[in-house]
Amino acid sequence: MKDLVKRLTEAYGPSGSEDKVREIIKAEVEKFADEIRVDSLGNLICRVAPKSPADGSDPKRIMVAAHMDEIGVLVSYIDDKGFLRFSPVGGLSPYVLLGQKVIFENGTVGVFGTEKLEDMKSLAFDKMFIDIGASSKDEAEKKVRVGDSAVILREFSDLGDRVTSKTMDNRISCAVVIEAIKSVRPERHEAYFVFTVQEELGLRGAKAAAYGINPDVGIAVDVTTWGDTPECAPFNVVLGKGVAIKAKDSSVIAHPKVKNLMIDVAEKKGILYQMEVLERGGTDAGAIHLTREGVPSGTISIPCRYVHTPCEMVDMRDVDAATRLLVGVVEELASSSGGGIL
Amino acid sequence: MANTKKVCGPGAVGQGRHLMGAERGRVMDTKQAILRLADARGVTGYESPAGDVVTALFADIVDEVRRDSLGSVIMLKRGASPKPSAKIMVAAHVDEIGMIVSKIEDEGFLQVRMMGGVDRRILPSMEVTVHGRRDISGVIGAIPPHLQDPKDKDKSWKWEELVVDCGMSAERLRELVRVGDVVSFDRTGVELANDRISGKSMDDRAGVAVMYECAVELQKLKHDCDVYFVATVQEEVGYGGSITSTYGITPDIGIAIDVGHGDMPGLPEHHTLKLGGGPAISYGPHVHPHIFSKLKEIAEERGIAYQVEAGTSPRGTDAYAMQMTRSGVATGLISVPLRYMHTSVETLSVEDVKKSGQLLAFFASAVDSRFREGLTCF
Amino acid sequence: MLLAKLSEASGISGQEGEIRATIRNEIAPYVDEIKIDPIGNLVALKRGRTGKARVMLAAHMDEVGLMVVGFESNGLLHVDSVGGVDPRVLVSKMVYVGRNKLPGVIGSKPIHLLEREDMDRATKMDALLVDIGAKNKEDAEKLVKLGDPVVFATKCEPLGDGFMKGKAFDDRVGCCAIIEALKVQHDFDLYGAFTVQEEVGLRGAGVAAFQIEPDLAIVLEGTTAHDVPETPEHSVSTVPGKGPAIVYMDRSWVGDKRIIDRLVETAEAASVPYQFKRTVTGGTDAGRIGLTREGIPAAVVSMPCRFIHSPVSVINLSDFENYVKLAGLFLDSLDERGLPIDEGSCKKTN
Repeated sequence: MKDLVKRLTEAYGPSGSEDKVREIIKAEVEKFADEIRVDSLGNLICRVAPKSPADGSDPKRIMVAAHMDEIGVLVSYIDDKGFLRFSPVGGLSPYVLLGQKVIFENGTVGVFGTEKLEDMKSLAFDKMFIDIGASSKDEAEKKVRVGDSAVILREFSDLGDRVTSKTMDNRISCAVVIEAIKSVRPERHEAYFVFTVQEELGLRGAKAAAYGINPDVGIAVDVTTWGDTPECAPFNVVLGKGVAIKAKDSSVIAHPKVKNLMIDVAEKKGILYQMEVLERGGTDAGAIHLTREGVPSGTISIPCRYVHTPCEMVDMRDVDAATRLLVGVVEELASSSGGGIL
Repeated sequence: MANTKKVCGPGAVGQGRHLMGAERGRVMDTKQAILRLADARGVTGYESPAGDVVTALFADIVDEVRRDSLGSVIMLKRGASPKPSAKIMVAAHVDEIGMIVSKIEDEGFLQVRMMGGVDRRILPSMEVTVHGRRDISGVIGAIPPHLQDPKDKDKSWKWEELVVDCGMSAERLRELVRVGDVVSFDRTGVELANDRISGKSMDDRAGVAVMYECAVELQKLKHDCDVYFVATVQEEVGYGGSITSTYGITPDIGIAIDVGHGDMPGLPEHHTLKLGGGPAISYGPHVHPHIFSKLKEIAEERGIAYQVEAGTSPRGTDAYAMQMTRSGVATGLISVPLRYMHTSVETLSVEDVKKSGQLLAFFASAVDSRFREGLTCF
Repeated sequence: MLLAKLSEASGISGQEGEIRATIRNEIAPYVDEIKIDPIGNLVALKRGRTGKARVMLAAHMDEVGLMVVGFESNGLLHVDSVGGVDPRVLVSKMVYVGRNKLPGVIGSKPIHLLEREDMDRATKMDALLVDIGAKNKEDAEKLVKLGDPVVFATKCEPLGDGFMKGKAFDDRVGCCAIIEALKVQHDFDLYGAFTVQEEVGLRGAGVAAFQIEPDLAIVLEGTTAHDVPETPEHSVSTVPGKGPAIVYMDRSWVGDKRIIDRLVETAEAASVPYQFKRTVTGGTDAGRIGLTREGIPAAVVSMPCRFIHSPVSVINLSDFENYVKLAGLFLDSLDERGLPIDEGSCKKTN
């Protein structure tokens, strides 16, 4: 599992250019899904058929979503001396880029530089640039074009129970969903596992994918923030205390039935869990629940420290709990009881 | 009925109606209906209890009631004709603002955060109900002046400082309450002078009461269109209920009933509505011009006092969401003037609710196929 | 000149009547079908020779402006902005009020009566009043109604060497480009969508796209061109004179790469000057069209306009010519080479 996490987090896939990471994920799940397709936005949709669908009626649809895109930067201008000006892709803070390296899809590496600042407080994206070691515009344009995106260059580190890398948000959830696809056995209803695009730009991929799938219930898997480091903002979720079941965030209020089902499954299966109320932040469930006539939805969250920095950190025991909870919930929904929802 | 129009004209409100034939039973008068609805609990995302009250209230005066998957209550009153001239959807949101438990402190207090736009300045000394395994009462205490730091006097307390005291230990609390449980305001509505009432959640239970008034009126009016009364959920956090229920119903016309800011000192007059001045008919990008004109025309014909509310932003009500559903919906917005919005002492005039309901009913009975077809002639 | 006619027509978000009628008259001789939907979008269909694909061009008809929201006792009108209008650009300007376009002025406190600090402070919307010459409130109410639109009274005229000044180039330039495109016959069905309420939240386009269900969409917009002194090169957004701007990404949408590549190839092959937008600010109808139903491949081509969202904007006429040309050539390329999305990755892979 750690190896899978390493490959996924180190992969390239900024919002809007997810091809590379999609290929990696596809290779992992091909053998286990009954049907795989890519829609017009680039979402990877994997269907797992039910073992014994009920006669006479169409199986209901369970949609699980984990976004595969990551935040990054987009080259918007190349100056005469070969320096690249950029704009952020997704919710990035300029402070997090100081001293970092980035990598483009073709492997070109660059570093961040800043203009002279009177005061650190005035740091902003338009006062920064990327240096790829070129001495002129022509030289730069041999390697990089306006419109190209780059992501932070950072390797994965194994710290024991905990691991750290860039892009735990949201490749750790992709790993969870990949594991779930491999082990889940839905009984009566079908499960769609969707690796969505452009979540970091406003839950875009999930909106289109959900419309196409038209599910009866939706579950997003994403990371959430943390509340257990020195003088941090108060938050109920901490590393090592299990998978987080989200009651609300700024994009969605978890449907009470979905929330309660998650709690029931966790308690029945002895999965360590914690409850989560997030003031600011959203997940793909925010897009799914407003599809067509409405879809009861919820989110399974993985506690993660230092979100949206190059060194995000998770606890593998929480990750394991998340996988078990996801499989348990999908199987409960796909059972003849429909989890009380289907 | 043939002479319905004459008897139900301006001024003929009240007793006379109860003597008419085909009425299917009026459970409550307007004031009682508003209070019943406002007192019900239904924090955004957890509207079930309030939804149950709505269902019970409307049961005898509509043809069909159902709830969709997010919890919106959809009530259909069929038109006289087997081929309805149009589908009208009326929406009033049933969710109220409230709070959610975000942490259980070891000292036995609950941390809460907002569900919907709660102004935290109303919270000190507020009494609440925590909806855990069972409902338990709580108070949000206020630090007495004796213990305050004089330099903090002009600041409002932060959310972290506004903890809920349920009079229990942390251990006991953890048995009954979970992070993620919702908290609602305790307030029983009260009657003030001049037929005005004050309570929590008038935003937008007053709107639901307007729908009730309309449904009652429609018992006596002939209408060819099918009318869907929808008590929508989650309006306070992004109109989720109206987005999804409109998608399912696919109406030709969508009228949102919400509340508008009542007059008070400190607010520019042209940004507020007069209590007792009658329903406010909205104009702006969120309203179809023909619907605005028709509502105005009917109000004038029927002698219903009304106000006009010109708004440049389409946001803020279910009309915003209904309008852009699928291939577009012709929308209108009627607002009931309301003072002190998003506090638990929201204040309105019962007469405004009654008149809004009547206006809506006359509108519904006036909509025919010609009007519907004319909606795409701008 | 068509662009001048469109620029001077009035149509604030939600009250697009005049511009809609103007556009309708212009396109009627060239299209097979014209439909108006319940929120006012004007959608024209020019059927293709084979009709095997559906292409949508979108431009918004609405402009930013003001709306009458109240009356002062002395007959002055209170107004609020419709769409993003900086109140600071309104002082000392002329406007037209209502359907009958009554002339009005937005005055301000005379300088003689101002405190020194007032001169550095921006005037807020509440303090801006429109004077139509009414004697008092009753008089004003006879002349205008609550909700009446207030538009800038700017004449669209040539400026200097090869420039043009006028109001509402955002997005009457796009409307103009679509009208030109609708004059040309193609193999595919061409839908020209003149959308409403873009300026108050990108409201109309998604509704139009839901109805049309195109295979591909191009949004023709007007965007910022802030090449004024003291703006660093990279913050300039677009530069007048360098041609139409292709947009990789903005706040609402990431342009479909396949469409962008085709636009670039087409421009290069015909030696049409073009540029890339240098900032990712702003949102367009593509953000809504792209997420309609199961998603629609979409991209934005934008016309550089100085000073958008104010009473007077400025455009470079050769940019405008190239903007219209690029849109036309792109459509031609669809006949010659097929749709760029057919070469894409939307296939069943298992």
